[in-house]
Amino acid sequence: MNTTPYIYTFLLAIISSCLIDNVVLSRFYGICPFIGVSKKVKSAFSMGVAVTFVIILAALICWPLYHFVLLPLQIPFMDILTYILVIASLVQIVGLFIKKFSAPLYQSFGIYLPLITTNCAVLGVVQTNTDTALSFGLSMANAIGTSLGFLLVIVLFSTMRERIEEYNGNKAFKGVPIALISAAILAMAFMGLMGIGAK
Amino acid sequence: MSERSLQHKESFITPILKQNPLFVSILGTCPALAVTKSLEASFGMGLLFTFVVCCSNVLISALRKLIPEEVRTPCYIVIIAAFVTITRMLTEAFLPELYSSLGVFLALLVVNCIVLGRAEAFASKNSVFDSLLDGLGNGVGYTWAICLIGVIREILGTGMITFGKIFTFIPLFRIPILKALDGSFNYSMSVFSLPTGGFIVFGLILAVIAAIEGRKKAKEKIKLQAEMKAAVKGEK
Repeated sequence: MNTTPYIYTFLLAIISSCLIDNVVLSRFYGICPFIGVSKKVKSAFSMGVAVTFVIILAALICWPLYHFVLLPLQIPFMDILTYILVIASLVQIVGLFIKKFSAPLYQSFGIYLPLITTNCAVLGVVQTNTDTALSFGLSMANAIGTSLGFLLVIVLFSTMRERIEEYNGNKAFKGVPIALISAAILAMAFMGLMGIGAK
Repeated sequence: MSERSLQHKESFITPILKQNPLFVSILGTCPALAVTKSLEASFGMGLLFTFVVCCSNVLISALRKLIPEEVRTPCYIVIIAAFVTITRMLTEAFLPELYSSLGVFLALLVVNCIVLGRAEAFASKNSVFDSLLDGLGNGVGYTWAICLIGVIREILGTGMITFGKIFTFIPLFRIPILKALDGSFNYSMSVFSLPTGGFIVFGLILAVIAAIEGRKKAKEKIKLQAEMKAAVKGEK
């Protein structure tokens, strides 16, 4: 029936959620850290890596939880509550883990960890995975693609912002307004990638 | 008595303009960019946001002496998530069009920084009535802010304002502005309906606000200098 190999579908799903339907620029998840933590390339990279880690772990845990616990118990409406608790505790555990095993790593992105709980990208990915009834493989592809897309865009954007901060432009645009306008231009550039999937 | 009512008034009025959650504190930006393609969707989002922030504020402030200090954030998140679940079920039942147009962003109200921020900064320290007013004020402030973005994007993006598409209980009608209903002219720019447009409109609004603030500050400075000069002259 379906002749395309599964790995092809899997990779296409990753590319599609990473580039074509980018998490920040076209789905608007995680705008707060995107604006807030993108002033320096280094901190943006740490944030991106931490988010990647948490998104993939959360997707890995929440999908089985929904399909093997919530659905058999017939309480699918409890999904938001379950997910947010999983994410909050996951963030705590990841924080403790990193603190124990690598102090320098903890210093570099420990402060961003609590912020991830309120990053809508994490809950957004998990929620869309079960809302749109994706299979386990495809939901993992969605999680990987989305988190890589977040990492890519926040690093790209922070390099742009480092330059912008040096430039003395109109006073009213200084800070967040010009950041948003340059994000718009970046979004326009990503729109050019829309053709990849359609063929 | 009058001092208390003044404080009530303050907690309602401040978040509407002076401490607007979206335009001044720049919180809750994700839904502000994602659901503001049309005025109606923005208004619906604002309404649901107001409901959630009021309910969670009231409950959290009522329980503020019972919740232990160390585990307060998880407690707040669970309370907020419960109200979001209720809101989601009610919306799905009574306004299915709004439910489908907001999509996952209704669930994402849980991680909206404003709701948690208000719980942390206000409801955990103030009385129930004050927290209710604070919730209402933040709701109104957020609603008008996203409606402003929504109306600009809808006019520029589709050339008209459509009513009755999401709130189906009012009859469907359109107000043509940049695009004629019979198609005789069309100046709409569809880029404003796309994600790019959201960033541009929000950025420009913030710039305009910063410009107004800057002008106000400059005026105050000039006034202050003039007063100083007058005072110095008077001394002489």
